[in-house]
Amino acid sequence: MGMIGNTESLVSDPLDRELVQAVQGGLPLVVNPYAAIAEQLGTSETEVIRRLERLLEIGDIRRFGVVVRHRELGYRANAMVVWDVNDKRVSKIGRLIGRQSCVTLCYRRPRRPGRWRYNLFCMIHGRSREGVLNNLQALIKKCGLETIEHEVLFSRRRFKQCGARYVTEKESRDPVPCQTSLTVE
Amino acid sequence: MAQKESILDRPLNELERRLLNDFQEGFPLTSRPFHTIAERVGCTEDEAMCTLQQLQSHQLISRVGPVFRPNRVGASTLAAMEVPLDRLQAVADIVNGYGEVNHNYEREHRLNLWFVVTAANRDMLESVLQEIEHITGLEVIDLPMIEDFHINLGFPLQWV
Repeated sequence: MGMIGNTESLVSDPLDRELVQAVQGGLPLVVNPYAAIAEQLGTSETEVIRRLERLLEIGDIRRFGVVVRHRELGYRANAMVVWDVNDKRVSKIGRLIGRQSCVTLCYRRPRRPGRWRYNLFCMIHGRSREGVLNNLQALIKKCGLETIEHEVLFSRRRFKQCGARYVTEKESRDPVPCQTSLTVE
Repeated sequence: MAQKESILDRPLNELERRLLNDFQEGFPLTSRPFHTIAERVGCTEDEAMCTLQQLQSHQLISRVGPVFRPNRVGASTLAAMEVPLDRLQAVADIVNGYGEVNHNYEREHRLNLWFVVTAANRDMLESVLQEIEHITGLEVIDLPMIEDFHINLGFPLQWV
């Protein structure tokens, strides 16, 4: 009951979890946003800032700042590139791809035999399809990936995009307070 | 500039560009963050705050706040489905109906629907996937992250 009771989460401090829930949808854009959150949680502004600093320091928060919407800023082409990399080399190649500036995400994921063969995923955003494909060719050349089987999955329609919400059990079936849009390219 | 001019009707100005580009990480954790930003970019506190409000209300930014490390404060996965084209919108609507789903895209592939599911824990996540399978009668392929290789420092914007 109450907040997110679970076994997997590593953020276990109750106030940290409340804080995560309060800020996951973004800060209120008011003069003293941290004080506003503190008031909501019944704690002090100093405590809110201190805890956010700590979550950043230990890496539970990867970055803290402006989260842009790529499409609205003109980056209308977005490709998920999936690679079938030898399991022994996947970490090394993942780290290499993850460092390239055109890549916005790079994850290893499981294969699903018979249904899905690719174990490495990266995302490339660009202003055009050609731009993305050019970046991909440059990436392949630079990282020496010519012999690695891959597929490029361009996005077509966006049905939904909003920030991750680590919702509570109670809330999970409520309507979603985020932008749902239908964009046809 | 006319008062009522929408941010979308003109090219972004220098302040907007800097706010979009320079504060994707390291947003000030100070009592008055817009004051801190204003000092750094050379505008007023009010300008910094109002400009970000505008960028947000016009949906050029989704939020100002934290990006969490995957699977750290909860469980998440990438799910894929092969949906017959004539059912795609209907199935996407069903998927969108879940608060746990935060991204949902059609992609050019046999597996044509891809969405990210985030929940408080793995059990809740699996129950969402199973429910979607049950309601749609289609298989959901569950592809949780195993290893994260990207150093996420935001997205460097290039202006045309």
